Amino acid sequence: MLTKRIIPCLDIKDGRTVKGVNFVGLRDAGDPIELAKIYTEAGADELVFLDITASHEKRKTLVELVEQIAQAISIPFTVGGGISSVEDVERLLQAGADKITINSAAVNEPNLIRDLSNNFGSQCVVVAIDARLEGGQWCVYTGGGRKKSTWELLAWAKEVEALGAGEILFTSMDNDGTKAGFANDMLALLSEQLSIPIIASGGAGTMTHFKDAFDLGKADAALAASIFHFKEISIPELKKYLSQNKISIRL
Amino acid sequence: MRVAILDYNAGNTRSVQFALERLGVEPILTRDPVVLAGVDKVIFPGVGAAGATMTYLEEMGLDVIIKNLKQPVLGICLGMQLLCAFSEEGNVAGLGIFPQKVKRFVANEGLKVPHMGWNTLSCEEVPLMAGIEAGSYVYFVHSYYAEMSPYTVASCTYGNCFSAALQKDNFYGTQFHPEKSGSIGAQILENFIAL
Repeated sequence: MLTKRIIPCLDIKDGRTVKGVNFVGLRDAGDPIELAKIYTEAGADELVFLDITASHEKRKTLVELVEQIAQAISIPFTVGGGISSVEDVERLLQAGADKITINSAAVNEPNLIRDLSNNFGSQCVVVAIDARLEGGQWCVYTGGGRKKSTWELLAWAKEVEALGAGEILFTSMDNDGTKAGFANDMLALLSEQLSIPIIASGGAGTMTHFKDAFDLGKADAALAASIFHFKEISIPELKKYLSQNKISIRL
Repeated sequence: MRVAILDYNAGNTRSVQFALERLGVEPILTRDPVVLAGVDKVIFPGVGAAGATMTYLEEMGLDVIIKNLKQPVLGICLGMQLLCAFSEEGNVAGLGIFPQKVKRFVANEGLKVPHMGWNTLSCEEVPLMAGIEAGSYVYFVHSYYAEMSPYTVASCTYGNCFSAALQKDNFYGTQFHPEKSGSIGAQILENFIAL
């Protein structure tokens, strides 16, 4: 049976992981390679690396980093952050990334989704959508949540699927950072209305929240960052808990 | 042990190379028929669309080269699908090593397409699957699947039962990505190298 996926997300700046990562016995808490290996060993099903490097010049280091990650780990990983062209994606995939994720660039230039899907296959195109509930409507934001777009979430998600995305990474800005659970109602609606996999993001605080994202939110995968990095939840314990609660999971 | 990875415009060549390097094998990336004829094993990777890839293989003359290989050949994902007779993706004829058709999963309630993620294997007792227990998890990413056939040596279920691994004579195939399937995938690659 196909299992639900647990996906830790690592923020990368200038080739190093940011946000204090709190691992006992880690020689270098800022080394993305070492963290990637630890998460792979812990049973993560995939990894996501988001490059938040501000300067375009320094982004070139990302390709080298992707190559080192691909050498080090034997599970799939997705790379995102600042990708805006077919050439950007080609370099990352050639370096060994399995998938790429785009967000603002997709809203600004929707045909990029189609170009990427036609060139590299839909399986490697993950479109990230940040949205927030305003007056009963889910509004799509870009620029790391700073700029409101004209799109409503469900309409945009359907457009993204029609253009050839292989997966959607939905972050509820209302839930992100709250540790109060994922946006399960909206997740369930997306999952019912679309035929591509949906990754839940934003709001994970407890193991029950993951169970709810899969049971109530019908998500195919769940992504989280700080609760894994700060060891508030360990991946082996989480997966054991989910399995005991009849969620299909890889142990 | 000389292992060649067929070098063409496939997306996952690098990942396969790195997976072999983790096993201590330094693969050769080549499409040179003379070099290919002289190696012990050939890996035929593949990510992308069947129609465009088949056209490319034919233009490069690689279709004939692959069919005539005598040493163990492992097609991965699209590589395996192109070893089959026909693919609904682009409605193209494949290399015809395996007789079955490659069909598209039909999306319906609870069945997302692509089939993406970790799923379980049921394996025959064959050298490629040596040491792989029933129920082992491997990583799949695909929208099309090869039907079951007498050459199916591992199967998986997603909506319906499909071929997760194939074997006929010196030709082998995996629908899943052994290079991305953790220690189970590494074992399967090691089994292939040891054939």
